[in-house]
Amino acid sequence: MCGIAGVLNLGSGDGFPAVGAVGRMLDRLRHRGPDGPCTYADAELALGHARLSIIDLAGGRQPIRNEDGSLWVVCNGEIFNYLELRADLEARGHTFYTHSDTEVIPHLYEEHGDDFVQHLNGQFAIALWDVHRRRLVLVRDRVGIAPLFYAQDGGRLYFASEIKGLLAGLGRSATLDLTALDDILTFWAPLGARTTAEGVSQVRPGERIVISRGEIARELYWTWDYARDGEHDDASDEALAEELRALLIDSVRIRLRADVPVGAYLSGGLDSSALAGLISGYTDARLRTFSLGFEDAALDERPYQEAMARRLGGAHSEVVCAPKDIGTGFPDTIWFTESPILRSAPVPMRLLSGLVAENGHRVVLTGEGADEVFGGYDIFKEGKIRQFWSRRRDSRWRALLLRRLYPYLELSQRQGLSYLQNFFGVGLDDPDAPGFAHLPRWTTTARCKEFLAADVKDALRSTAADRLAGELPSAMAGWAPFNRWQYLEAKILMPGYLLSSQGDRMLMANSVEGRYPYLDHRVIELANRLPPKLKMRVLNEKYILKRAVGRDIPSQIERRHKQPYRAPDIPSFMGPDAPEYVTDMLSEQAIRRAGYFDAARVGWLLKKIRSGRAIGYKDNMALLAILSTQVWHHLFAEGGSQRAFRQPSHGGVSITTENRNVHGTENTQIHP
Amino acid sequence: MSMEQKIRKYILENYLFTNDESALKSDDSFLEKGIVDSTGILEVIFFLEEEFGIKVSEDEMIPENLDSVSNIVGFVGKKLSVSA
Repeated sequence: MCGIAGVLNLGSGDGFPAVGAVGRMLDRLRHRGPDGPCTYADAELALGHARLSIIDLAGGRQPIRNEDGSLWVVCNGEIFNYLELRADLEARGHTFYTHSDTEVIPHLYEEHGDDFVQHLNGQFAIALWDVHRRRLVLVRDRVGIAPLFYAQDGGRLYFASEIKGLLAGLGRSATLDLTALDDILTFWAPLGARTTAEGVSQVRPGERIVISRGEIARELYWTWDYARDGEHDDASDEALAEELRALLIDSVRIRLRADVPVGAYLSGGLDSSALAGLISGYTDARLRTFSLGFEDAALDERPYQEAMARRLGGAHSEVVCAPKDIGTGFPDTIWFTESPILRSAPVPMRLLSGLVAENGHRVVLTGEGADEVFGGYDIFKEGKIRQFWSRRRDSRWRALLLRRLYPYLELSQRQGLSYLQNFFGVGLDDPDAPGFAHLPRWTTTARCKEFLAADVKDALRSTAADRLAGELPSAMAGWAPFNRWQYLEAKILMPGYLLSSQGDRMLMANSVEGRYPYLDHRVIELANRLPPKLKMRVLNEKYILKRAVGRDIPSQIERRHKQPYRAPDIPSFMGPDAPEYVTDMLSEQAIRRAGYFDAARVGWLLKKIRSGRAIGYKDNMALLAILSTQVWHHLFAEGGSQRAFRQPSHGGVSITTENRNVHGTENTQIHP
Repeated sequence: MSMEQKIRKYILENYLFTNDESALKSDDSFLEKGIVDSTGILEVIFFLEEEFGIKVSEDEMIPENLDSVSNIVGFVGKKLSVSA
C-alpha cells in the first residue's frame, strides 16, 4: 500500500498548480509510503504519491503515465492479476516502461474507458487523470480495503488516502460530524460516504467517481449481490467445495506476488490457519508468520497459533500485549483510526504490524473477510435462533442454545436465562426486517448515546434507522434472510471498522501492507451464489470453507469453537497502571470543552468504573466511545499533539521462535 | 437510609448515571426501559449480595425478583426475613 493525494481545479484555478498542497498532504501520509514522494502537476491537476515499494522496487515510481503522457495514474494498493493483464495488453500493442502493477491501469483505460476497473483483481484506491478530456476518475476497490477520502473547498477538489492528509491540504482542523458519531454509536461505523470529519467524504467501496468540467458523477461499479432466495447454486456440496478450493488457491497464489518477502498473520483460528496451510501446500517456501498474544489467558490464543506455526515449519514471531500497552498505545492509535472506536482491539493490531516491520517484512496475508463471505459470525447464529423463536414463541427452551453460543464468555454462563431472552428478544415481531439479526447489537451499542450532551441529541436531524433504510438496495427484498445479514456485515462493519480502524490504518501505521485472499471478488461472487445452508449448517459456521480447506489445518483448529478476536478494555484505562491522559481527557472540564457528552453522566460512569462495579459490555463500550471521541477531538479538532500522550514505555514484548527444519532460521521469500 | 433508598440510589447512579430522583419510578421495568441489560443484572446481584449479605442463586435471577426497584425491595426483604 502507499499514500496518494491530489488537488483538482473545479473552477477559478487560482494558485494552480497546487503542488504545495499536495506536498503537505503527502508529508502527512509519510507512514503509508516512506520510500519517497513523487508528483505530477499541470494547470488543472496536481497528483502525488508516497510510495511503499513492493513491486518493481527500482522502477515503479508514480505517477505512472501511458505511452504519450495523456493519462496519469496514482494507485495505492496492488493489482494482483497485473501479469495476465499486461501480457494481454502487450499483445494488443501497448508498450510499458516499468514493471509496476500500476502501469496496466492507463492502458486498460485506453482499451475499456471507465470500465477498466472491472478488469482489476486487487485492493486499490486509484486516481486517473485524462489530460485531453480533462476528467479525473477516482475508484476504490470492491470491498473497501484501500481508503480514499475527498472534500471540496474553494473551487478545488482535494483527495487523499487518509483524512489527516486531506486536512493538511485544506489547511484546517476537523469538525466532528455529529451524524457520523450517531452512526458509529449504533452501527460501529459511519454509513455510506460519510466520515468523522464534517465536509469530508469517502469514496465508497466499489464506487467510481468521475469529475469532469466541474460535474461530479458517482456510481457503484460493483456491490455485494446475492442469488435470489430459492435460486441458489444447487450443485453438490463436494463440487462447490472443490470449486471454492481451486479459487482460494489461485487467490492466495496471486497474492504472493511481490518483490519483497510475504508473511502471514496467524490468529489461531480457522481462517488464517487455512490460508497458511494453502500457502505451504502450494509453494516451496516456508511461510514467515506473526501472531498476537495476550497476557490475559481468557483472550490468549497462543497455543493454537504455535501449533500451526510448528506445522508450517517457518520462523514465527509473536508479540504479547498487556492491558498497560493498550492504555499507553491508545491515543496514537486514534491518530491512525481517525475515528472514535467502541473497543480497544485496534491497538494490539498496531503492535502486531509493528512486529512485522521490526522483522523487516512489508507484506502479510490475513484471514480477514472469511466470516463475512462465508457467514462465520455469531450474529448469524443468533439470527437463526431468534428466527426460530419468532416462529415458535412457546419454545422457550431454545434460549438455552444461546448460552451454547458463548462458551468463551465467562459472564454469559451466569446470566439468567430470562435476561438473555430479553436481550435477544428485541425485534422478534418483525423477523423479515433487514437488520433482524443485528438489532440486539445495534440496540446495545445505541445505549452509548445516553451519554451524549442534550444539544448534540437535539442537533441530529435524522435517526440512524432512517439513514440505514436509505442505504439498502431494493434487490435485498429478494434475498434469503441469511444473505441480508451478510450484506449488512459486508457493507457496514467490515469496511467501516474492521478493514479500516482495525485493518489498513493499523497496518499502514507501521508501513505494512495486508492482503486478503478471502476478499478476492471471485471468491465472494462464488460464495454469494451458495445456499445459506452451505455457509451455516444448522449452527456449524463456515461449513463449505471447512469442506474446502479442512485437510490443510490441524483438526484441533478446525473443530475449535469460533473465538472472536477481543482485547482488554476497562482494565487498560483504569486501575493502578492507568495512563495519566485518561484523567485529563475525561475530566469534567475536558468533556464540557469538547461538548459531545454530558459531563455529569460521564462523571457517574467513571465513578462506577473506578469502584470496580462495571463489568458489563455496555459500560465498557461507553467508556471506549467517550475516551476515543475525546482523544479524536484533541488530535483532529483542536490540532493537539500526539506527544501530549507520550509515555516512555514501549508497547508489547516480542518473541521470535525459529521452527527449524532444514534452513529454519532464514526468512522465507516467495516468488510468484 | 432505608433499603429502598439504597437500592434506588444505586440504580440511579450506576445505570441512569444521574442523581435526579424523578428519573426512576419504583415500578419502572429495568428491561422494558433498557435500564439494566443482561450483564448489568450481574452487577446488581453483586451489589445486593455485598450490601445486604444475601446469596442470590441462579434460579432466582428472574425479572419477578429483579426487574424494578419495588421487585428488588420485595425480593431482598423476603430473603432477609427467611435468613433472620
